[in-house]
Amino acid sequence: MSENSPHADAHSAASKGTSLPVSRVKLIMKSSPDVSSINQDALFLTTKATELFVQYLALSSFNGGSGKETHSLSYSDLACTAEQTDTLQFLTDKLADTIMLLTDILPKKIFARDYLKSLEQIQEEKDADD
Amino acid sequence: MAERPEDLNLPNAVITRIIKEALPDGVNVSKEARRAISQAASVFVLYATSCANNFAMKAKRKTLNAGDVLAAMEEMEFERFLEPLREALEVYKKGQKGKKEVSEQKRKDKEKKNDAENKGQEEEEEDERMEDEPEEEEVEN
Repeated sequence: MSENSPHADAHSAASKGTSLPVSRVKLIMKSSPDVSSINQDALFLTTKATELFVQYLALSSFNGGSGKETHSLSYSDLACTAEQTDTLQFLTDKLADTIMLLTDILPKKIFARDYLKSLEQIQEEKDADD
Repeated sequence: MAERPEDLNLPNAVITRIIKEALPDGVNVSKEARRAISQAASVFVLYATSCANNFAMKAKRKTLNAGDVLAAMEEMEFERFLEPLREALEVYKKGQKGKKEVSEQKRKDKEKKNDAENKGQEEEEEDERMEDEPEEEEVEN
């Protein structure tokens, strides 16, 4: 995965108002079925919202987790927070599992409880089709 | 869906930076936590897109617009994002307008410069050249 140099990042962040690359966000958006086109403002907003989401997820997980004493953020802090927070429920459903499958998963871990559940579901569906 | 799975990932370095800036100084973020946040962010994009698209389809539009995205945020119960998003959009739009003006200005300056250079030459030639000069169009992506 090629990374921009920090200098290049800062420059583009300043001129574009986002840190995350808009082109990559666009790629993900386009992989959604039924989406034909996205206007520039919508693309910008989605990119910006994603940044806000990353901040929100990190901070909520840190504040809600045991890591506060040890001054660290671990996977289990995240998993707990995702499970307990209403607005993060979407991370534990089938769509989430699909993305994780595509972006390389951590099988041992905890978004995995639902991942395993949906694996079973997928297998059941497969069996039903056969 | 995209052909190559790795393309659905967001760049590690940027994700890490955003996390670091959000947390108090010196917090140690595990590699697995970082990866999970990065994946969650990709899921967020998909979820937000799908949600926004519903609003666009309801309005019988094929193009997702800013309003759709903002409506999606509300639908997803991320109202906390609405104000910062609106402000950021303002700044962004002004920036876009500024860019347009800058490139307009550059084009005008360029024309002026060409005129000045031609000044020393025969007027005939100058007229011919000016006629031959193609119209430059700014193509916006």
